[in-house]
Amino acid sequence: MHWISRAGMSALFLALTAASAQDAPQAVQIPQQSPANPPHLPAAVSTPAVPRFMVVIDAAHGGNETGARISDHLLEKDLTLSLSIRLRSILSAHGIGVVTTRESDANVPATTRAELADRSAAAACILIHATTTGSGVHIYTSSLAPSTATRFMPWQTAQAGYVTQSLKLASEIDSALAHAEIPVTLGRTALQPMDSFTCPSVAVEIAPLAANSSTKAKALDDAGYQRTLLDALTAALDEWRNDWRQQP
Amino acid sequence: MISRAQRILFFTMLIAAVTMAAILIRLRERAQDRLYRAQSAMPLVEPVEAPPTAITLLIPNDADGSLLESQRSLPLPQDENARARIILTTLLSAYREPHSTHPMGGASLAPGTETPGVDEVFLMPVPQSKQGKMAVVNFSPSFGQMHPSGIEPETLTLLSIIGTLHANLPDIAQVRFLVDGRQADTLAGHADLTRVYVASDSAMGGGQ
Repeated sequence: MHWISRAGMSALFLALTAASAQDAPQAVQIPQQSPANPPHLPAAVSTPAVPRFMVVIDAAHGGNETGARISDHLLEKDLTLSLSIRLRSILSAHGIGVVTTRESDANVPATTRAELADRSAAAACILIHATTTGSGVHIYTSSLAPSTATRFMPWQTAQAGYVTQSLKLASEIDSALAHAEIPVTLGRTALQPMDSFTCPSVAVEIAPLAANSSTKAKALDDAGYQRTLLDALTAALDEWRNDWRQQP
Repeated sequence: MISRAQRILFFTMLIAAVTMAAILIRLRERAQDRLYRAQSAMPLVEPVEAPPTAITLLIPNDADGSLLESQRSLPLPQDENARARIILTTLLSAYREPHSTHPMGGASLAPGTETPGVDEVFLMPVPQSKQGKMAVVNFSPSFGQMHPSGIEPETLTLLSIIGTLHANLPDIAQVRFLVDGRQADTLAGHADLTRVYVASDSAMGGGQ
């Protein structure tokens, strides 16, 4: 146990007082108050509200719209829902707000999905798909020509105002997946409801991993492969949280 | 008691009704004959005496999302619509070749069933423009059902068709897709078929 003598305490107090006096940028003069002359309070400075970093996860298909048949016992709609729920949990644990377009095996219309995404004013919208063709992950952004985002955008082409940001988000995800040694194919496509989203949007289509010189073949239902994918997506969105406010 | 006048009126109307029915049946038979004659007069066989023409096919590669250029040579008709249809039929046949880089589903086809593909291609002027043509590609109803489902395979199929049409018929500036003569939402659950696609040299790059 350490003891400080009274003289030491006094010296420490003086030193702290001197230090705080030096650190203070400006001395604050408190006006003398009198009933006839009330204190003049400085005007409140309005600070712009900082938007919360929110991510929309759209699990593709659902209900009678099954999507691709991944295997005899696995449909695309079930795989995307499972990945969506797991990604939501991981992102929430990282302090990221998440909105999902579906939480059950329901057929949610494309317009409803777009309405949900557009109302949440999200910093990123991730559409999760799965297919049996190709290898690794296919990252698609809208093929619409970029335009300036305005208050009122045509419903079918609302994504045009966010294409530039979507391409940057796709680049972040590409980097994270490359870091996880997952092959990536980048492309542009016309996809509903993505073309109606008013947020940086990327469709992430997961395909089986083909064997090559450095990796073994992995099926879509491989738990380790899915975990690697979700970790890479989380890392990309963590990185995007630092970058998205700097976007034009 | 039925009067004589009423009996005469009844039989007259009965004879008139029977005569009119006979005439209608005969007219219907004649119309059917005319329709059959018109259908059989349509040229169904491509002119084999036409010299072979070199065509360029852009075949998708699912492994890396690219389009591979392939040259073929085959006789083509003079009519642009029929020419476009034959080019696309050749392209879709290339998808089904052994070791194809963009395989189509076809294992569940019943024996004797016609291979699903492109039913018709119509070329028309681009609306509100004096330059270029719009190609309307009409897929057969079963094409979407047999096509692999996914963003990449469907997007590559559309890019391949658009690129192949533009490479061989450079007048084509826009492409629109129908399924069984009607507008469809998607090809096989993903690629949007409700929009008009622009065919240009830069649009032929496929996946990046």
